[in-house]
Amino acid sequence: MSKTDVSRRGVLKTSAVAGAGLAVPTIFTAQSAAAFTNEPTGSSVTLGFNVPQTGPYADEGADELRAYELAVEHLNGGGDGGMMNTFSSKALQGNGILGKKVEYVTGDTQTKSDAARASAKSMIEKDGAVMITGGSSSGVAVAVQALCQEAGVIFMAGLTHSNDTTGKDKKANGFRHFFNSYMSGAALAPILAANYGNDRKAYHLTADYNWGYTTEEAVRNSTEALGWDTVAAVKTPLTQTDFSSYIAPVLQSGADVLVLNHYGGNMVNSLTNAVQFGLRDKEVNGKNFEIVVPLYSRLMARGAGANVKGIFGSTNWHWSLPDAGTQAFVKSFGTKYGFPPSQAAHTCYVQALLYADAVERAGSFNPCAVGEALEGFQFDGMGNGPTLYRAADHQCFKDVLVVKGKENPTSEFDLLEIVEITPVSQVTYDASIFGGELGACNPGA
Amino acid sequence: MFGLNAKDTRLLIIVAILTMLAPFILNPFPEGSAMAQFNAGYPDLMQRFVIFGIFAIGFNILFGLTGYLSFGHAAFLGVGSYAAIWMMKLLTMNVIPAIVMGVIVAGLFALVVGYISLRRSGIYFSILTLAFAQMSFALAYSVLTPITGGETGLQPKVLDPRILDGPLAEGATPKANLFGLTMSSSYEMQVGGWLFTFNVGYYIAAIVMLVAFYLAIRLFRSPFGMMLRAVKSNQQRMNYTGLNAKPYTLAAFVISGMYAGLAGGLLVAMDTQVGPERMFWTASGEVVLMTILGGAGTLIGPVLGAGAIKYMENILSKINSDILHTWFAFLPDGLEDLVVTLIYPFIGKGWHLTLGIIFMLVVIFLPGGLVEGGQRIAAWFRGRKAKGSDKDASGTTTEPAE
Repeated sequence: MSKTDVSRRGVLKTSAVAGAGLAVPTIFTAQSAAAFTNEPTGSSVTLGFNVPQTGPYADEGADELRAYELAVEHLNGGGDGGMMNTFSSKALQGNGILGKKVEYVTGDTQTKSDAARASAKSMIEKDGAVMITGGSSSGVAVAVQALCQEAGVIFMAGLTHSNDTTGKDKKANGFRHFFNSYMSGAALAPILAANYGNDRKAYHLTADYNWGYTTEEAVRNSTEALGWDTVAAVKTPLTQTDFSSYIAPVLQSGADVLVLNHYGGNMVNSLTNAVQFGLRDKEVNGKNFEIVVPLYSRLMARGAGANVKGIFGSTNWHWSLPDAGTQAFVKSFGTKYGFPPSQAAHTCYVQALLYADAVERAGSFNPCAVGEALEGFQFDGMGNGPTLYRAADHQCFKDVLVVKGKENPTSEFDLLEIVEITPVSQVTYDASIFGGELGACNPGA
Repeated sequence: MFGLNAKDTRLLIIVAILTMLAPFILNPFPEGSAMAQFNAGYPDLMQRFVIFGIFAIGFNILFGLTGYLSFGHAAFLGVGSYAAIWMMKLLTMNVIPAIVMGVIVAGLFALVVGYISLRRSGIYFSILTLAFAQMSFALAYSVLTPITGGETGLQPKVLDPRILDGPLAEGATPKANLFGLTMSSSYEMQVGGWLFTFNVGYYIAAIVMLVAFYLAIRLFRSPFGMMLRAVKSNQQRMNYTGLNAKPYTLAAFVISGMYAGLAGGLLVAMDTQVGPERMFWTASGEVVLMTILGGAGTLIGPVLGAGAIKYMENILSKINSDILHTWFAFLPDGLEDLVVTLIYPFIGKGWHLTLGIIFMLVVIFLPGGLVEGGQRIAAWFRGRKAKGSDKDASGTTTEPAE
């Protein structure tokens, strides 16, 4: 090793430098005159749209961004106003938010929590965003929600379906409009029982991560309550692209229903494999073999093509709904981009409007005031019927759609048909069942 | 000073000045101007510059000196992060135990991985480390969910035990701190149109980085460092002279893993959250890119490379087509659209493309990385001044990657 000469002079010099170095940070202490983080002082207000632009959910992210751009246009008084005309609250004037023009910054979450937090932080610290919204996976939503809680800004979750987001990881500054695994299970089970009978044997294939676990649990609990039997639940790696080796044992297990707790590309591949294996033509225990996909999206249905025909699943919203809010939104989205919006686009658009409306009603951008305006807020005209933002866990409660792959699609967007609109009372649960602590709102600064 | 020769002391002092004045240097454009988009002087990015600088310095000790290319260094970063967050959840929100534990656990993990992987060299070694890192990622993502929080990751919660800390005030959230000084607190200085942010977390990370940099210089100049270089240039010859290279390479591997653990611990200290993607193979690849882009085997290169990549990831990726349109609004409509269409693939989500092109250009034309570029420019200036009176311009020779 190197030779070390320790002289008295050397020690003194080194320790003096080290001491000065250690003293540096104590000069700086937090100080700020603003009442809350990024209080907008000029004639405009900045919102942060944090969506996946690269990675497995880039399609959803692109659609979310389109929806946000549309929402900003409507908030600033451009376009045809979309859902602002059908929204039950009339606080929004089309002159921005509280008279301030809405501006926005965008970022790429890459569907990684680190990248999403870095991007959200730069929006908060550099661009002065007063609200962060977007995202297409629960891991990212939970990570960014916690960051917004620390930083003292509002987080309006985008597409996130895991129970955790408003369950064990809920935060006072975070709000979710999208439904969750529990609601999917509760809405789907009665339909499955009605169509397939009460004495079915189910086999679960579950994506091996948090969302998969909560979805499997929800579907299991609600189907078992109706008399179904769960034969086996097998976890599949998230990166799996060929599910043949997982499908083969299903036939030997004696099960007569396959539940695919998969999302995105996973679901497209596993469903395609299952159909190619001829599962749906089989007859087990004297019954037709069936396949179920708890969380459906139009983008996934398009990926799986003809294989989705007749397969049940649940979804948050679908563009073919007949209500005025949906029609207004589909019309303005279609006029601008030339095709109907996905459910990811819908939830993001609604979240942006709900935030703006809450600010108007609260009369302030202060996260605590906005949170108070959103808590227990009841509204209608946003495409899901009467909806409640529950105060206890910041989760929206609304009807859930049970859908089925259409037998005769008329276009590449018309792939799902609505089987039933499950009333909100059937999917409501007690706020405390998932644990977690909401905490107090944090205005930052 | 500090047992360094004059040249190294100068380098250390320059690096120290640059890091201490970073809030000024990285914010050259006034707030609200069109160029403010390129400002990088906000706390989060500055913290990432120095933390990934530490990560790359550590990687360079292994790769730059011994030539062993580890493709799984992100595993140590991740393990350090998980250790640090558990210290925060169980013990205290003070960052010191968290960082120390991050270094220790990453070091132990590196000892195990290194002991096995170093039985092979070259491509086999790279694949072994890659396999270990992907294994760690898979474990953290699903199998070890009770310990790692799975996909969702871990964060400090209000209800965590934190046995050394007093109870939180009503409604307060746990914040990472150094004896009460929170990492996120900043002092903002307004000078004319400029806004400079001095962040506590950044300065703590910067001081740790300077210490890590100093230790790396000492290691580079020590007989131990010389032995590592010998491993790189001809390991067989070393073996024939009766020297066993294994303890040296293993020591370098563990030191390098500890640097990664230190970076992981600091990441948690600055931003209290860990997710498994931190260990994904792309994260391991990133540190290789940083080191090669900056200049493998040089002292300052990895830090420059880390800065360049983090800058592109955070600044370029945020430019969207609207911003481009405002920049080129002065052009006639058709031309404006054309220019925007031409530039658009390289910004926003296309920042990977830009990074790839720069990386290729650097590897082809500047095999010694950005450091070589700097030296060539310096040599060119010196050459012009001296008008060929002496040819000492290339006194500081680079050592290319391999």
